[in-house]
Amino acid sequence: MTLFVSTLALLFLMAGILYLLLSQARPAFEHFGFFRFIGSSEWNPENGQYGALPFLTGTLLTASLALIICIPFSLSLALFVGDLYKGRKIAFRLNTFIDVLAGTPSVILGIWGYYSLRPFFAALHIGHQGYGILPATILLALMIVPYATSMIITFIAAVPTQLKEGAYCLGATRFEVIRNISIPFAKKGIMSAYALALGRVLGETIIVTIIIGNSNHFPSGINDIGNTLASVIFNQFETADALKFSFLFAIALLLFLITAIVNLFARYLLRRVVS
Amino acid sequence: MISFQKFRIYINKCFIALICLFSFVVLLPFLMLIARLVKSGLKYICLDFFTQTSPSPVDAMLANLAGEAIPGGILNGICGSLYMLTIALVLTVPLGILTGIYLYENRGKKFANLIQYLNAVCYGMPSIIIGIVVYVSVVKSFHSYSVLAGGIALSISMLPKIIRTTRETLKLLPAYLKESGLALGGSYTGVILKIIMPAAKGGLLTGILISVSRALGETVPLIVTALGCSMINWNINAPASSMTLLIWDFFNTPNMVSMVWATSAFLFSIIICLNLIAKRIGRQWKFILYHE
Repeated sequence: MTLFVSTLALLFLMAGILYLLLSQARPAFEHFGFFRFIGSSEWNPENGQYGALPFLTGTLLTASLALIICIPFSLSLALFVGDLYKGRKIAFRLNTFIDVLAGTPSVILGIWGYYSLRPFFAALHIGHQGYGILPATILLALMIVPYATSMIITFIAAVPTQLKEGAYCLGATRFEVIRNISIPFAKKGIMSAYALALGRVLGETIIVTIIIGNSNHFPSGINDIGNTLASVIFNQFETADALKFSFLFAIALLLFLITAIVNLFARYLLRRVVS
Repeated sequence: MISFQKFRIYINKCFIALICLFSFVVLLPFLMLIARLVKSGLKYICLDFFTQTSPSPVDAMLANLAGEAIPGGILNGICGSLYMLTIALVLTVPLGILTGIYLYENRGKKFANLIQYLNAVCYGMPSIIIGIVVYVSVVKSFHSYSVLAGGIALSISMLPKIIRTTRETLKLLPAYLKESGLALGGSYTGVILKIIMPAAKGGLLTGILISVSRALGETVPLIVTALGCSMINWNINAPASSMTLLIWDFFNTPNMVSMVWATSAFLFSIIICLNLIAKRIGRQWKFILYHE
């Protein structure tokens, strides 16, 4: 009985969060209309223009690019630890290292990126003096590489040895075993790891705020400065009047729905893998 | 035919070389990060760093002009972090463990599935959303940024992690533990409290330690709920600082770069220690910590 009651806490918590987001965002939708809010590319509260499209684009662009950058690196790192050098000391050490890195607070990563990487970006003419969507993407990719890798390692390492040995006996090379046995076996797990990583990137605030340049216009390309859903809430939160506040909640609701869908998808994939 | 064999071996070699290359390249930035933290951070960490509160911008500017080390430390941040963590732990640990037990005991049932999906959503909720929701509900209704709001924000981010690790730990326990306890005539509550819980202790502790280390690194929800404060504050209804908040403040104040690195190095080393301890305790629990 106590057990059942305790679950209600989570239920009420989530219901409360959803209710708060909806009720706070309602004036915004009444004022501007949901589709105009998503479809309009101008955010200019002084003129009464509240279009979320620039931020939505920024979020989707940074998140998808970061994921694409992350995939080859995290997969090869996971294969290095979980397959090529599995059971050796170096793999164990690296695994611990990656697990620890996965817990790096994003504020530290962001500030390090600001002081150490931004001069590089500026010298290479990436972004505006090192600010912009591409630098933000690179930092976000760095953030999720250890996170995704440490999950993928567990799935890659869980591939049954007999299966792999069978393939080796038939004369397959390492590459063929990995491509035809390990990856297909761990496919669902790997996909869910990337979905979870995507969810984390979508909602990441502080790294983006530090490096993206925070401009409200529609980004003209990946070298342009921009803003994401999360960073615009964070930037404009303190200076917002009642109506703008409501629009920030509308943006939060949008972000909530996107991340919820991504996370539910990850959970759905994981259900097939474990339990 | 021979050339095809050679081609396969060639491909294989290229593939392995590529994997090693990519792994090395991606580890490089992290080694740079740690090197930078050690190089720029450690030399500012001294006794004063742990016993004094954060300096004012003016003091920092004067010290920089005179070429001295910035006076002051991060005691207010350490105290604030501990205070908010305590609140969050008190709120989440019992609740999270009970919910985890419920999910395990009723696995496969509809309501438990619903809760589990809700947990997944809560798990991945962006921290800025936690922040503004707590801002509207707690900060607005108490008319003040507060430790309490910060603690609640942390607990919302910790709760799903604890629920999940509890459930995963229990799933690894052999079913006969519970069955034999019940067969000996133990009551349901008694079996859970006296047999299941002690057996699952290590796994639960790992989960709690990991979620504490994540909570220590939370920044965004604290900025909009606890705000930050340059003094040590034990009043639950007043703003307080945390280590991450101090990093953010130092970052935004000119002349405080060395403090940023020192605080970051200290926070990162705490988080590394917590993770290593958790990993050592949790080694026998080979469950998938999804958030690792």
